Amino acid sequence: MDLEDTAEQAAYRQRVRSWLAQHASEAPVLRGEGALTDEAEVVRARRAWQGRLAEGGLAGVTWPKEYGGQGLGPVEQVIANQEIAAAGVPGVLDAIGVGMLGPTIIAHGTEQQKSRYLGPMLHGDEVWCQLFSEPAAGSDLAAVQTRAQQIDRGRWVLNGQKVWTTNAQFASFGLLLARTDPDVAKHKGLTMFILPMEAEGVTVRGLRQISGEAEFNEVFLDEVALDGELIVGGVGNGWATALTTLMFERATIGLGGEGLGYSATRFAAAVASVQGAGADPTVRQRLGVLCAELTAVRFMGYRTLTALQRGQIPGPEAGLAKVTLVNAATEAGELIADVIGPEALQRGSDWHHMICFLPGLRSAGGTEEILRNTVGERVLGLPPEPRLDKGMPFSELRQREGARA
Amino acid sequence: MNLALSDEQVLLREAAREALSRVDSLQQARSALDHGPREDLWPIAKDAGWPGLLIGEEQGGAGLGAFDAMLVLGECGRRLAQVPLLGHLPASAILIADGRCDEWLAGLAGGQLRAAYLPASPPTDIDERWSLDPMRGWERAPLPVAHLDARDGDLSGSGDLRRSAAERGSDERRQAAPKDGGSETVDGGETVIVNGTFAFVPDAPGADLLVGVATLANRPVGVAIDADSSSIHIEAADSYDGARSLGHVTLRDTKARLLQTEQEALADAWHLAQALIAAESIGAVEAALEISVAYAKERHTFGRPIGSYQAVKHSLTEVLRQLENGRSLLYYAGWSREGAPEQFPLAANAARCVAGRALEYASRTMIAVHGGIGATWEHDAPLYFRRAQLTRRLLGGTRLATDRVAGQMLAQARAAP
Ligand SMILES: Cc1cc2nc3c(=O)[nH]c(=O)nc-3n(C[C@H](O)[C@H](O)[C@H](O)COP(=O)(O)OP(=O)(O)OC[C@H]3O[C@@H](n4cnc5c(N)ncnc54)[C@H](O)[C@@H]3O)c2cc1C
Repeated sequence: MDLEDTAEQAAYRQRVRSWLAQHASEAPVLRGEGALTDEAEVVRARRAWQGRLAEGGLAGVTWPKEYGGQGLGPVEQVIANQEIAAAGVPGVLDAIGVGMLGPTIIAHGTEQQKSRYLGPMLHGDEVWCQLFSEPAAGSDLAAVQTRAQQIDRGRWVLNGQKVWTTNAQFASFGLLLARTDPDVAKHKGLTMFILPMEAEGVTVRGLRQISGEAEFNEVFLDEVALDGELIVGGVGNGWATALTTLMFERATIGLGGEGLGYSATRFAAAVASVQGAGADPTVRQRLGVLCAELTAVRFMGYRTLTALQRGQIPGPEAGLAKVTLVNAATEAGELIADVIGPEALQRGSDWHHMICFLPGLRSAGGTEEILRNTVGERVLGLPPEPRLDKGMPFSELRQREGARA
Repeated sequence: MNLALSDEQVLLREAAREALSRVDSLQQARSALDHGPREDLWPIAKDAGWPGLLIGEEQGGAGLGAFDAMLVLGECGRRLAQVPLLGHLPASAILIADGRCDEWLAGLAGGQLRAAYLPASPPTDIDERWSLDPMRGWERAPLPVAHLDARDGDLSGSGDLRRSAAERGSDERRQAAPKDGGSETVDGGETVIVNGTFAFVPDAPGADLLVGVATLANRPVGVAIDADSSSIHIEAADSYDGARSLGHVTLRDTKARLLQTEQEALADAWHLAQALIAAESIGAVEAALEISVAYAKERHTFGRPIGSYQAVKHSLTEVLRQLENGRSLLYYAGWSREGAPEQFPLAANAARCVAGRALEYASRTMIAVHGGIGATWEHDAPLYFRRAQLTRRLLGGTRLATDRVAGQMLAQARAAP
């Protein structure tokens, strides 16, 4: 058992560190003095910075070299993330693209798709979004209704609506799950597409969230014509492709808490800075528990990395790390606001965004209930609940639901 | 980066599981509650070499690390096996750190001698005192007081003490070797006289040697005491957990050997005890979860297995979540004690905090999932519940460990630029 870097890892860390020492001054300032405030400005600066990180080899570390990555292991990506955090500079803007959608294309895409899309995605030249959820399909993702119909050889037309789409307001492309065959069982008739957000018939409308900001959107598709070359993973294989994305999503959120700033060290520093709070026994009990849990998630991450290094695939239990992270960070927000008082809730406080964001993060990337169902069934082997939708063609299912309503 | 068990560690764990499968330790725990005999599983530990886990090979031990010890404790915890290592191992750690206790260590390594640790909690970021678990109540108790023996070298000095304990085997534990008049002096180890009481000391009844902390001229010092002395009173405490042996230890003008162990090493013994009790708890959680999951698959109500109901499924995944968190922290503790000792206090106490809460939740869930049968004397669930209830309040309790995690984190934050 050893947490130390190997000689090669130490050398890599040194390279990353000296790159950051040289370039950190180019990073956009997002908090505190001299911070950028204009939203468009922030996005522009962060995209440029993502490009610098990619050139420096600090983003997409695990991606193959031919697509602009470093062809290194997950440990090196973690080293890069640790050093980025330690340098106090922002990470990549498009974590959804680089962390989840790019890897999905690497796993399921055609050679042509990989060489066309991955490079610009990695460098922030083209930001991506995840067009999975719909008004009637979130937890029950396989119930998506956005319809893709083949009009002639190689041409498809899409109609429908997506929702909760993070970053769609400035994305160039989206990875979109659509129904291509309603007459087979619901998981079977799905296909994954690449959607150019500029395509005719695509409308993006911002949705304001708890904080008042609009980080996610609804996306309407009205007779959007797409080329068959934009299909990822083959017609009818959309569900398998989506599961790949979801696997990367759980790992990204659950084990990427430090990147979101949800770390025991940062929370403890907030409590320590409030006169008298650190000596209160109740505050200390609450802080102790949440710091212990966040530390546990950090070491669960190392266990997962060890497994990855050995070529094992992390199981669905990574979902439990997401549950712990969200709940411990939520408790941290509560505690910090308790010790600071109402000022912590004001716009402009360091904690305003986090406190507003966490209730939604509980749902994003799989709700706690859905994660517990999945882990209970796949890890503990508990029997699934009886389902009313098994094996039935999707169109028939819809008719029944319609009749009931 | 390599946070996984080595092949040797996997073997060690399997061997422990195999050795403990030969006794019905759960039944023993139950009958002990009915005032049946308390089985001593020390012979199993001796055969397996566990008493010497932490002791160097030169002294006849296995020369392994804290993580290996934690793996063994985990197996004991699974089966609620009463193997008195929780007392023995931290006591050994103090003597190892002293560096001049080779003769004792040889006996301790082979299991001819059994030691118990007299637990004392080191200062925190906001309380500079060392303290003991109280006999009753909320306030922590002060350390016992030591003073130098005015008649040092006189009858039954520390050298004598060491030899008499070393000469006894555990089997002959009650036939104390004759004292030789105390003519021998021990490598500079002085004798002190100690007065005080340690409450709820794990594994104290029947121990040959007691090792702990006392204050000498306002300074915490390590002391080792031959348990055979008539000036020691060990009262077996009635234990809520049939698999946990506890004693109240009262020292009245008791002669003790003054150790040279540094304060950090005395503190380390406390943190080691936290890590070991965490490991033992996580073992118990594993077993409680396995038994509960098996039952949830086979028990049917309303025409389907109860494990298919979300209320049941989600409780069990909550046990798993806490278990995995606890296990991850055990890895942290196991790695850091040798790999990053300055982080060991944080790691060990975080592990204790999460493991203690996990066991509490797991044992209650185990009873609930089993319905009526889970609340009966004959079922195993109450044994895990009893383990959880008592453990939560021993060795500073889960509460003190949690407080120390906060203290560690706050101290780090204050020290940061
Ligand atoms: C901040 C944020 C960002 C997001 N970003 C994106 C994005 O970029 N792209 C994207 O595609 N989606 C995104 N989402 C959507 C997210 O994936 C969904 O919100 C989530 O999957 C839940 O789906 P839903 O909103 O339809 O809720 P529902 O599925 O309707 O769930 C409602 C409630 O019912 C519970 N429930 C549902 N089914 C069950 C069941 N079988 N057992 C027990 N309880 C159940 C849920 O746990 C939940 O509490 C985002 C969401 C948020 C909040």
